Amino acid sequence: MTPLSAFLLVAALVFSIGLAIALTRRNAILVLIGIELMLNAANLNLIAFWRFGEHAAGHADALRGMMFAIFSIAVAAAEAAVGLGLAIAYHRHSKTTDLDAMTRMKG
Amino acid sequence: MNMVQKLDQIFVLLQHWVAGFFPLWLQPLVSAILAVVAIVAAFPGIFALTTVLERKGLGRIQNRLGPNRVGPFGLFQPVADGIKSLTKEDIVPLSADAVVHFLAPVVLVVAIFLGFAVLPVGRNMVLMDVDAGLLFFFAIGASTELSIFMAGWSSRNKYSLLGAMRAVAQMISYEVPLLLSSVVAVMITGSLSPVRIVEAQGGFTGILPHWYVFTPWGFAGFCLFVVAALAETNRSPFDLPEGESELVAGYFTEYSGFKFALFFLGEYLGMFSIAGFAITLFLGGWGAPFSFLEFVPSWGWFFLKLLGAIFFFIWLRGTLPRLRQDQLMNFAWKFMLPMTLLNLVVAGAWRFFGEGWLRWVVCSLVLVTAYVLLGRVLMRRQGLGARVYRYAE
Amino acid sequence: MMIFGLSIVFVFTAIITVAGALAAALMRNLIHCALSLTVTFGGLALLYLQLDAQFAGFAQILVYIGAVAILVVFAILLTRGAGHSEYKDFSNRWFGGLALAAGAFALLAWAVVRSLPDNVTTGAAPAVTVQTIGKSLMSTYVLPLEIVAVLLTVALIGAVIVAMPESSSTKAGGR
Repeated sequence: MTPLSAFLLVAALVFSIGLAIALTRRNAILVLIGIELMLNAANLNLIAFWRFGEHAAGHADALRGMMFAIFSIAVAAAEAAVGLGLAIAYHRHSKTTDLDAMTRMKG
Repeated sequence: MNMVQKLDQIFVLLQHWVAGFFPLWLQPLVSAILAVVAIVAAFPGIFALTTVLERKGLGRIQNRLGPNRVGPFGLFQPVADGIKSLTKEDIVPLSADAVVHFLAPVVLVVAIFLGFAVLPVGRNMVLMDVDAGLLFFFAIGASTELSIFMAGWSSRNKYSLLGAMRAVAQMISYEVPLLLSSVVAVMITGSLSPVRIVEAQGGFTGILPHWYVFTPWGFAGFCLFVVAALAETNRSPFDLPEGESELVAGYFTEYSGFKFALFFLGEYLGMFSIAGFAITLFLGGWGAPFSFLEFVPSWGWFFLKLLGAIFFFIWLRGTLPRLRQDQLMNFAWKFMLPMTLLNLVVAGAWRFFGEGWLRWVVCSLVLVTAYVLLGRVLMRRQGLGARVYRYAE
Repeated sequence: MMIFGLSIVFVFTAIITVAGALAAALMRNLIHCALSLTVTFGGLALLYLQLDAQFAGFAQILVYIGAVAILVVFAILLTRGAGHSEYKDFSNRWFGGLALAAGAFALLAWAVVRSLPDNVTTGAAPAVTVQTIGKSLMSTYVLPLEIVAVLLTVALIGAVIVAMPESSSTKAGGR
C-alpha cells in the first residue's frame, strides 16, 4: 500500500503549482484555474487523511474526511462559476482579461 | 444446474473455463480481459447491425428502399462502410490544432466504452459491480461533452465550433433531467448499483413483472429519461448540433476516414449504453416480461429489449421534425426539470403511502395533472393558433 | 508491483496529475491549459479511487470534468477566444510568485517528510457504501447539506446575474 506521505507530497506539489499559476500568470481565467488546482490538492489531502486515519467502527463521524471533500467539491464548483462570471463581466466592460491592467481601484 | 440455467450463465461459465487455464494469481486479470473483449466485440457488432437497420428503417419510413446491394437485403453494408472509412484519406486542416484534433475521437470512444463497464447485461454478467455504478456511468457521460468540444474547437472551422457549442449546451442542459429522472429508480431501490436495481425489479405478481415502468412515477421517469437520453446522445429530434441540412456535419465536419468512423461509433455506442441504462433502471434489465417466459436466458431478454429500444429510436428519427435550439432549451429547463422534480416528490409519496390502490390513484392523478397544466401554460406563451392546411391548387 | 515502496499504479497516476498541472502552468494557449487541467482532474479522480473513496472519485469526475472544465472552456471562449494574446503570458513579477510557490512546497514537503513515521499502519478500507454516505448526509451532515444547497442556488443565480449582459441594450421581453 502506498504510504500516506506519497499522497501528501503529490498534493503539496499540485498545491504549489496551483499557487504558482495564480501568482504568475496574467490571465484572470488562468488564475481561477490555479485556485481550482489548490482546492483539489486540499481535497486530496482530506481524502488521504481520511483513508489512513483511525476509523472506530460505527462511529458517527467515520466519514468525516470524505464528507468534507464532497462538500468542498460542491463549494469549489460554485466558486468557479461565480469567479468565471466575474471574469466574463469584466471582459465585457473593458475588453481585456489582463490582470495587470485591472488597476482602476489602485491608489 | 439444469439446462435453462446453464444457457443463462453460458458466458460466465465460458469465462471461468478459459480463466481456469491460467495460474491463480493471473485469473482475475484474465477474466476481466475476457469480459472486456466480449464487450468490445459485442457492442460494435450491434453497432454494425444498427447502421444497416437504421438506413433501411429510415428508408422504409420515407417510402424508399434502404441499401440493398451489398449482401442479402443489404446486410453486409457495414462491411462496405468499414472498408470505405478505413481506406479514405485522413485530411487534417492545416490550421487545425493537430494534437487536440487527434485526441478528440479517442477520448470519446474511450469514455463511451468505459460506460459499458457497469451495465448488467445478464444475470451475473456485469464487468464492474461497483456500489456507485450509476454515478460512474453519468460521470463518464459527462466526460464525453468535453471530447465534443475538443473536436469542434480544434477544427478551426466556424461550423464545427458552432455545432460543438450547440451540442455542449444541449448536453449540459439535458444532463440535469437525465440524472433527476434516474434518481426515482435509485430512491425506490435504495442503491446506486445497477445490479441491485435490476434485482429489485425481479419479482412477479401473478404473471406481471415488478418493473418500475409499470408504476406512475416509473412511467413518467422512463419517458423523461428516454427524452433526455435522446438529447444527450444528439439523436433526432434533438440532432441540431449535427443537423445535416444546417451545419454540414456539425462538430465533426473536418474529420474524415477512420476518425469520422470513430465519432460515428462513439455516438451510436453512447446511444446503446444509455438505452441499456434506461432498460436497467425502468424496464427490468435482464428480467423476463412474463413469469412463464423465464426460460429465455437473461442476456437474451436484455438484447431483445435493447433491439426494441433501437427500433424505437430509429422510428423517432424518421418521424419527428428537428427541434430548434431555443425550443430545445426551453423544453429542458421549463418543462422537463419541473416534471422530474415533481416525479421525485411523487415517488417519495408512493413510498410513504404504503401498499394499496390509493397510491396508484393519487400518484397518477398528480402526474397527469401536472403534465397537462405545465404543457398548457408553456404552450399558451407560444401564441400558436389553430393549424392551417394549405394545399396546392 | 512496487517501486521504492510505491505501487506502480500510484506512480503512473501521480505523474499524470503533476504533468497536467505543470502543463496548465506553462502552456501559452489557454484552451490547452484548460484541457491539461482536465487531465489533472482525471488523475486526481484516479488517486481518490486508489484511496477507496469511490463516491468522491466519481463525484470529482462528474463535477470537475463534466462541469467545471466545460465552464472554464466556455469562459475562455467568451472572453478572448484562443487566439494570440495582446499581452505577455507571464507577469513581470513572475519570479516572486515562483519563489513563493517554491517556498510553500518546501514548507509542506518538509512538514510531511519530518512528521510522519515510516510505517503508518493502514487499516482495512473503511466500510463506506453509498447508503452510509446517504444516511450520514441526512443525519450528521444535514445542516451542511442544506447550507450547500442554498449556497449553490445563490451561486447559480449570482453567476447568471453577474455574467448577464446589461438589459438596456437588448429589446424588451428578449429571451
